[in-house]
This record gives sequence, C-alpha cells and structure tokens, in this order.
Amino acid sequence: MNGHSVKRSKLNIQNFEKMSNKPIKRTKLEMAKSPQGIEGPGFFAAKLDDVIGLARANSLWPLPFATSCCGIEFMATMASDYDLARFGSERLSFSPRQADMLMVMGTIAKKMGPTLRQVYEQMAEPKWVLSVGACACSGGIFDTYSVLQGIDRIIPVDVYVPGCPPRPEQIIEGILKIQELAKNESLRRRNSPEYKKLLNSYGME
Amino acid sequence: MSQQELLTKLTEAINQNVANAIEKAELPYDFPTITVYKDQAHDVLEFLRSDKDWNFHFLTDLTGFQTADEKQLGVVYHLHNMMKNIRVRIKTHFDINKPEIPTATDLWPGANWMERETYDFYGIRFKGHPNLKRILNVDEMDIFPLRKEYPLEDQQREDKEDKMFGR
Repeated sequence: MNGHSVKRSKLNIQNFEKMSNKPIKRTKLEMAKSPQGIEGPGFFAAKLDDVIGLARANSLWPLPFATSCCGIEFMATMASDYDLARFGSERLSFSPRQADMLMVMGTIAKKMGPTLRQVYEQMAEPKWVLSVGACACSGGIFDTYSVLQGIDRIIPVDVYVPGCPPRPEQIIEGILKIQELAKNESLRRRNSPEYKKLLNSYGME
Repeated sequence: MSQQELLTKLTEAINQNVANAIEKAELPYDFPTITVYKDQAHDVLEFLRSDKDWNFHFLTDLTGFQTADEKQLGVVYHLHNMMKNIRVRIKTHFDINKPEIPTATDLWPGANWMERETYDFYGIRFKGHPNLKRILNVDEMDIFPLRKEYPLEDQQREDKEDKMFGR
C-alpha cells in the first residue's frame, strides 16, 4: 500500500437502478441453438451438414469491398457501437483467398467491374456475396453510362441490402441472412449441377 | 489593367502576329474570352505561350464542348500567366463530322491527359498527340458519352421501366 488506493464507485446495474429509481430493461440473452441430434452422457450425435453449417455461419470472414458511403456505414458496423464481431465476423480478410463473404458496399463503376470479378474468382469455396446499398444492388441513383447497373450482372449475389446508405442494423440483418444460408446449406451444394449452371451463366468455371 | 483593357491589348497582339485568327472577342462574367478559327488555333496558342510579354506558361484547363445546335464541337483552353496574374480563355470550334485539331502537348506537356480526357468524352482527335486513347472510361466503350447524340442513362437499366411503377 502506498497510500494511493483508489476508491471505485460501484457502478453496476443494481446500484444504477437504486440511483435512478426505475428498473432497467434487460436483454434476454439466448445461446446459439445446437443442431438437432441425439444427446447422451458424454456424446452428441448430429448430421455433419448441420455441425459444419453451424461452424461456418458463426465464423464468416468478411472481405469488405467498400467504394463509397455504404463503406462508411460498414465501418460503423465493424466498430464498437454495432460490433459485427458479436456475430463471429471479427476478422476482416483483406485477401480474397481467406475470405468467406464478399461484402460489396458502394457504387461499382464499369471500369471497376473486372476487378470485382477477379476478387470474387480468387475467393475459395464456399463463398457468399452480400450486396450492400442501392448502388451495388441496382446502380442506385447513378443511372449513367459509367456505372455498373447492379453487381449481379457480373457476379452472383446471395443477399441484397437495400438503402442509400443502409443503417448498420440493416447490414447486420443482411449478414444474419447470410448466416442462415450458411447454416442450411447442404455440403454437396457447391458440387451440384445447379450451382455449376449458375456459375456458367456468369461465364465462370 | 482592367479586364477590358487586357482583352483589347490581347486582341491587338494576336491580330499583329497571327493574321485572320480572331472570330470573336468577348468579356463574359468579366473574363477575357477569345474565339479563334480552327486553322489558326495552334498558331495563336503558340504565340501566347512563347511571346516574351504575354508568356502564358501555364495551361489551367483544356476541355471540350458541343454547341447548342449539336452540329459543332469545340475546345476551350484556359491560360494563365502567374508572373503577371492574368488569365485568358481561348475557344475554337469545328464541324462535328471532322473533329480534328492540332495537339497542344508541344506547348504544354500538361495538355497530354486533358486532351486524352477530351477525346474520351467528345471524340475530338488531337493531331500529333503522343498517346491518344481513353483515360477515364472503359477501353471497350464505343461511344463518346458527353455528346448529345448519346443518351446519358445506361440502356440496360431495368428498374425504371413503367411496370415497376404500376403504369
């Protein structure tokens, strides 16, 4: 003891309720639901699809492709207030090769199109694409000769988030939708003829 | 020196050195603007650049325009002499079917990218330019987008069709 002990005020919820004389709304926390399966002492048996889907959905590594104001909303989404890390997307991957989810946020000029396509092609399967904002979804207000009228003209898109720009809550909602897709996706989907057909329709192998 | 005096002096100097060059000399928004004929345009620029008194050593801007009747294209040069702090605008125009004009890259190296941009958007060919190709738009583009004959809007747009608005 050197005489400089700091007296900390007890600022916990109980004290706060006493001080303010009104009850505080509390969020009811829910654990992630485990997949359907057979449970016994010391073991749990479930479908491999479900378990892998659960793991994938809660550890999506996003690749932010932010070109304009929607990118600013994305920065808010990543930061402490909205905290995308709560949903398992803590780690941004700035290399497409390690990313699971391509987030396209902002106006894509026609000259940027081939770059975006190359980034998508460099990502390893399985991969998902989130199109954030009016410009990425449809060209938005930029109905003009130089702007790509929606990124789905060059790459397949899984989830569209409308808005100009969308609020961080909406972006999170879009990511939750992608998590649902990842959870419920069959492990064979990426080898299916339908998926190959989809890629072929975009001129990809 | 007022802008009016500057315009008068400039017009006289150009008339003395380049014969039959000036089509019009105006003072819109108090800014000396001289319209010259296409064939003499390069001579006028060369005079303004190399003359010891005028010495417009800095090309502020170079861009194109299309006249309201849509039959002519033109080029605007904004020149600046920083020592005397005087500016002048030189305009020239020509038929849209033969949009050719000598390059200004031999006078100001900075004209290089500006002429590429003007070519990119208006299709004006600058004779003698070292590398006249598109600079901003995609290389595959087959139109000159700022010409009035081409629509501004992307023709592939789907969500502005009438059915989207219940019409």
